[in-house]
Amino acid sequence: MCLLTAIFAAVITTAIWYKNSPESKMNLGILCWMYWGASIMWLVDAIAEYIELGAEYFKPEPKEMLNDLFLGLSVVALALVIWIVTLLIKDPKGVIKAKLFRKK
Amino acid sequence: MACFLDSVVSSAVVKVASKIVEKKENKREIEVSLDGQTVDTVKKIPFSRKLGWLSKLQMGGAVLLAFEHVWHGEVVPWFPFLTATVNHADTMEMLHEMATTGLAMVGLTTAVWVGMLLVSSAIEKKAVKEAKALNK
Repeated sequence: MCLLTAIFAAVITTAIWYKNSPESKMNLGILCWMYWGASIMWLVDAIAEYIELGAEYFKPEPKEMLNDLFLGLSVVALALVIWIVTLLIKDPKGVIKAKLFRKK
Repeated sequence: MACFLDSVVSSAVVKVASKIVEKKENKREIEVSLDGQTVDTVKKIPFSRKLGWLSKLQMGGAVLLAFEHVWHGEVVPWFPFLTATVNHADTMEMLHEMATTGLAMVGLTTAVWVGMLLVSSAIEKKAVKEAKALNK
């Protein structure tokens, strides 16, 4: 479930990044790297678990699935927070600077 | 248990390598066609930038994986940070996981990056070829 959540997040973010590139200053690249990196790493985890459990890997308990989904969504939220903080610190459109240094 | 640490170390090493390469490389300009109709002069994609892709991919993934380890109680914000280091058996299991799953994660991210290099190289060659055809 974690892997699925990360892959969906990676694909959606990459599609938005592609649609708005190259003019976009939203710094979406950082989100793409995080989601794709995590997807690849969880894929390795999934393969390791599949080798250990076999077909049982595809039959998780509902409670386990729900917890994994909760974790996946939390990871997506954490990445979004990292992205928005980075965006505000880098301030590529100068919005924060304009707010801070506005003339009276 | 701590498989994400392999990716953190690898990402840091790649980042240092990219900084060293960046100092040594010369930024060559090439003529390409981005839209198949006009010719533009652009800087050839430097290898240091390509190394940066690998570093970002590994560090990005490692950050989210570290959170997963906090979620499962394997990483804690107080000493010794990794709960598996408290007893010998768990430490050995953690080291085994780092040597197997952790290294596999570094290997797969690197393999994906090599794929990205091949694709970007093919795109670059095609753009140069189109520019040459337009210049004739």
